[in-house]
Amino acid sequence: MTVHNLYLFDRNGVCLHYSEWHRKKQAGIPKEEEFKLMYGMLFSIRSFVSKMSPLDMKDGFLAFQTSRYKLHYYETPTGIKVVMNTDLGVGPIRDVLHHIYSALYVELVVKNPLCPLGQTVQSELFRSRLDSYVRSLPFFSARAG
Amino acid sequence: MSRQANRGTESKKMSSELFTLTYGALVTQLCKDYENDEDVNKQLDKILFFCFLPRGYNIGVRLIEDFLARSNVGKCHDFRETADVIAKVAFKMYLGITPSITNWSPAGDEFSLILENNPLVDFVELPDNHSSLIYSNLLCGVLRGALEMVQMAVEAKFIQDTLKGDGVTEIRMRFIRRIEDNLPAGEE
Repeated sequence: MTVHNLYLFDRNGVCLHYSEWHRKKQAGIPKEEEFKLMYGMLFSIRSFVSKMSPLDMKDGFLAFQTSRYKLHYYETPTGIKVVMNTDLGVGPIRDVLHHIYSALYVELVVKNPLCPLGQTVQSELFRSRLDSYVRSLPFFSARAG
Repeated sequence: MSRQANRGTESKKMSSELFTLTYGALVTQLCKDYENDEDVNKQLDKILFFCFLPRGYNIGVRLIEDFLARSNVGKCHDFRETADVIAKVAFKMYLGITPSITNWSPAGDEFSLILENNPLVDFVELPDNHSSLIYSNLLCGVLRGALEMVQMAVEAKFIQDTLKGDGVTEIRMRFIRRIEDNLPAGEE
């Protein structure tokens, strides 16, 4: 099991943070384009899921998987979106994504008055804490699958 | 912002008196910095994007994230539910009080929060030359900023204030509209 990469978006589609661990193949387009593509897809899939839902939705879109990877999605009512790509062996990780939001993003970025909101996070502390948290996850393994 | 109770095992508490006095210091400094009460009211409520000490609105914009991270409250379905969450969860968490919700407008888009006692004004008496100062106007900015982040445009204003001789403190909230999510410009 392994973690490939992580995106953090705000409500306006700005990519607040991106980091990657075991990503062997790049998308082959500039990072800016990739973020836009990712956000656009999330935006569409979200509205698609809510339109198609036969019942009133609770949490909405949670994850999708392909033959090679799984994309996990978590969104707060304020529109902060945490997206993590892992391999297929990883189960539901809502609590992990919630932890990244509540214990890392809110504590280290939102509560830091010197960190402007709505643009790429510059905080070195946030980066390093996030990195060590992800590395400490039980399904994070150096032997990339 | 104030009491930081309920944070799992590491529950931190802060003296409410210290908080009240700190708020008083902020208002006093603003009164010194600005000529008249209207400007102070505006500053307490307003958007100051380039200010390192965010007040009102800016506090709300950030406080809502802390609130969501700690409270596990999900999306509200209507304005009544929002009112309940504000009064029973948010005010309780940050100010240690639970205002009552009354005076719903027939259309259900306006309500009042009645604060029996307002911890911000524990030691306050308005001097005569500041008769039009809305001392706790910061709260309106916080409410406005926080709700805007969960896609609700509201108007919040004080209509009764114990400092002005009224029996209770009353904040009137009015729902203006839902802010829709838009795809950022330049994407198809």
